[in-house]
Amino acid sequence: MNIHEYQAKGLFAKYGIPVPQGYLALTPQEAVEAAGKLEAPWVVKAQVHAGGRGKAGGVKVCKTVEEVEAAAKAIIGMKLVTKQTGEAGKIVHKVWVESGTSIARELYLAVVLDRTAGRLACMASPDGGMDIETVAAETPDHIFTCKLDAAHEIWPFQARKLFFGCGLDAKQVGEGVKMLQGLVKLAKEEDAVLVEINPLCVNAEGHLVALDAKVNFDDAALKRHPAIAALDDPEEADPLELKAKEAGVNYVHLGGEVGTMVNGAGLAMATMDAIKQAGSTPANFLDAGGGANEDMVAAGFSLMLEDPNVKGVLINIFGGILRCDIVAQGVVNAAKRTGMTLPLVIRMEGTNVEEGRRILKESGLNYHPAASMSEAARKIAEITGRA
Amino acid sequence: MSILVNSETKVIVQGLTGREGRFHAEQMMKYGTKVVAGVTPGKGGQEVLGVPVFNSCEEAVKATGADTSVVFVPAMGAADSACEASAAGVKLVVLITEHIPVLDMIRVKEFFAKNGTQLIGPNCPGIITPKQCKIGIMPGYIFEPGPIGLISRSGTLTYEATWQLTQQGLGQSTCCGIGGDQVPGLYFTDMLKLFRDDPETKAVCMIGEIGGNGEEMAAQYVKETNYPKPVFGFIAGLTAPKGKRMGHAGAIITGNSGRGEDKIKAFQEAGITVIHELGKFGETVAQALKGKI
Repeated sequence: MNIHEYQAKGLFAKYGIPVPQGYLALTPQEAVEAAGKLEAPWVVKAQVHAGGRGKAGGVKVCKTVEEVEAAAKAIIGMKLVTKQTGEAGKIVHKVWVESGTSIARELYLAVVLDRTAGRLACMASPDGGMDIETVAAETPDHIFTCKLDAAHEIWPFQARKLFFGCGLDAKQVGEGVKMLQGLVKLAKEEDAVLVEINPLCVNAEGHLVALDAKVNFDDAALKRHPAIAALDDPEEADPLELKAKEAGVNYVHLGGEVGTMVNGAGLAMATMDAIKQAGSTPANFLDAGGGANEDMVAAGFSLMLEDPNVKGVLINIFGGILRCDIVAQGVVNAAKRTGMTLPLVIRMEGTNVEEGRRILKESGLNYHPAASMSEAARKIAEITGRA
Repeated sequence: MSILVNSETKVIVQGLTGREGRFHAEQMMKYGTKVVAGVTPGKGGQEVLGVPVFNSCEEAVKATGADTSVVFVPAMGAADSACEASAAGVKLVVLITEHIPVLDMIRVKEFFAKNGTQLIGPNCPGIITPKQCKIGIMPGYIFEPGPIGLISRSGTLTYEATWQLTQQGLGQSTCCGIGGDQVPGLYFTDMLKLFRDDPETKAVCMIGEIGGNGEEMAAQYVKETNYPKPVFGFIAGLTAPKGKRMGHAGAIITGNSGRGEDKIKAFQEAGITVIHELGKFGETVAQALKGKI
C-alpha cells in the first residue's frame, strides 16, 4: 500500500526524521491559510501516488500568498500526467503547502527490500533528485548499499559508510546516521518494504532535510497496523479495482477488450499472455482463487459488464480442490443473476470436469466451449475480431 | 527415488484442528501420506481423523518421530509456527499459508538457516512425490510417477503443466510448488541441485513468473555447471504491465528487474528449452524428450 507524501512526512516526523513544516489543503483558501502559518517562500505540492510530479507541473514554488492561491487553484482538480501515471493521468484532490528550503545539495536515501538477499537493505547516492534506476544503470559507483541483519537493525558503522561515500562532512554524517536509523526503525515497526527520500537535501545551513517522502507498506502486514491501514486513500484506486476490493475479488484493471476470470494468479497471468499471443488484449487480471463461488463469479461478471472496453469474456478454470461442477453451477447462476450478455468462452479442466461440462451444456447458457488453453485464446480473439 | 519427500516421510500438520488443516490433512491421508501428528497449542490430547494432537511441535516430534511439518496456520501466526517446527528438529517445513508479512519471513529464513531446516513456501501448493507422499493442497489424481522433476512458483500452473505432462504419458518424480512470495524458502537453483542428484529424475521443468531474479540465477547455475539433464522453462506474466501487482506478492515488475523477456533470454542462453505457449507445455516436453529418456 502506498501513502501520500504528506502522510509519509507525518510518519517521518514521528520517527525523528527532519522534514519541512507544512499543512494539507483541499481548497485554494485552505492553501492560503496554510501559507499564513508558515514563513515565505512556500512550495505547493500535488498529493497523488505518483513520482515525477514536478516535471508534470504538480509542484510550484511561490514567493507571495497570491502565488500560493494561484498555484493551489491550478493544481487542485488538474489531471496530472507523469511518467508513472501513464496517459490516463491522475486527478489531484489535495495539495501540501510547506516552507521552502534553500538547497545546497541533493542526495538519495532509501530502505528497500532486497529480494535476492532476502533482507532489508539501505541505499544512498550523492545523485539525488534523479530517477535512481537511471543512476544505478549509468553510474553504479554512485550507489552505496548495506544489508541489514534478520532482526532489521542497522549498525551506525554501516550508515556512516553510506554517508561518507556520498561525500558528506563529519557533522552531516552524524545527522545522516540518526536519520537512517529512524528510517530503518520505521520500516521495522510499521512493516514498510520501501522507505525513500528523494531528494534528501543538505540545506543552506548544512543540515539534512527530507524534501520528499515515499513509503510503501507490506499489504500482508496491514492487519497488525490499523493506523497505517487507515491512511489508504480510496480516491487513488481505479474505480473498478475499488469495487472489486469491496467484493473481495482479486482484480487488476488493464484496459483491454477481453475480460478474464481464472483460478490462480499464475494461470491468470499465463491466460493473459495467451490472449495477447492470439492477437487480442486482456481487460483485466482476475484471480478467482480457491473459492470461486457463485457470488464471486457474479462480482467478476458485474465488473466486466461495467468495463466499457470489454467485448468478450474468457473463463479458464483448472479445478483442483475447487471442483469444476461447483464452478460451472456458479457461472450459470451468476450469468442469470447479472444478465451476462457478453460472448463467453469457457475452458475447464480438472476435478469433476465431465459433470461441470454437462451442467454448462444443459443450462441453456450461451457460450463457446474450448478444449484447451490455445483453443480458448484463439476463439476469444475471433470473437473480438482480432484473429 | 525422489527428492525431499517419499513414502517414509512422517508428517506433522500444524493447524490440524482448523477447517483448512483438517480438510487437507484428510486428503493427504487418503493419498497415502503418513500424517502422524497434529499440533494446535491448547488442544493437546485431542484426536482428529484418528491422529493425536499435541500442544507443541517438540512433543509431537518426541512422541511420533516426525521429520516433516506442514503449516496451515493463519498468516499472522504462521511464521511462529514454522520456527516452532524448525526448533523441534524436523528436517523440512512446508509453509502453505499466504499473506505472511515479508519481514516475518526474513526472520524465519534466518532461523531455519541456523537450525539447518529446509523450507518450502510460503504461499505455495506444497510438494508431492506421486503415489508416495502428498504434502499440500494439490489435487492428487493428476500426478503420476515418472521421470520429470517439476518446480513452480504458481499453484494452478503446476496443475495445468502436470496435467499436460501426464496426458503425454510423462509422469513425475517429484513436483514442488516453491511459492509466489518475495522471500521464499528453497528456490529454483536449490531444487535443480536436488533433482540433479536424483537418479529417477531424467528432466526438469521450471515454471517461473515475472518479478525477482530466481529464474535468471537458476539459468546461470544450469549454464555454469553444464547441468546434466534436459531443462525446460516457462514464464508467466510476459504481457503484464509494469508496476502492477498480480495476485502473487512476487509477481510485480518494478523498474527493469524481474522482466519476463530477461528471464526468457537467460533461459535460452543457458540452453534451457523455452516453452512459449502454455497450451503446448506437455507436447513440447514430450517431443523434445522423445527417444532420449
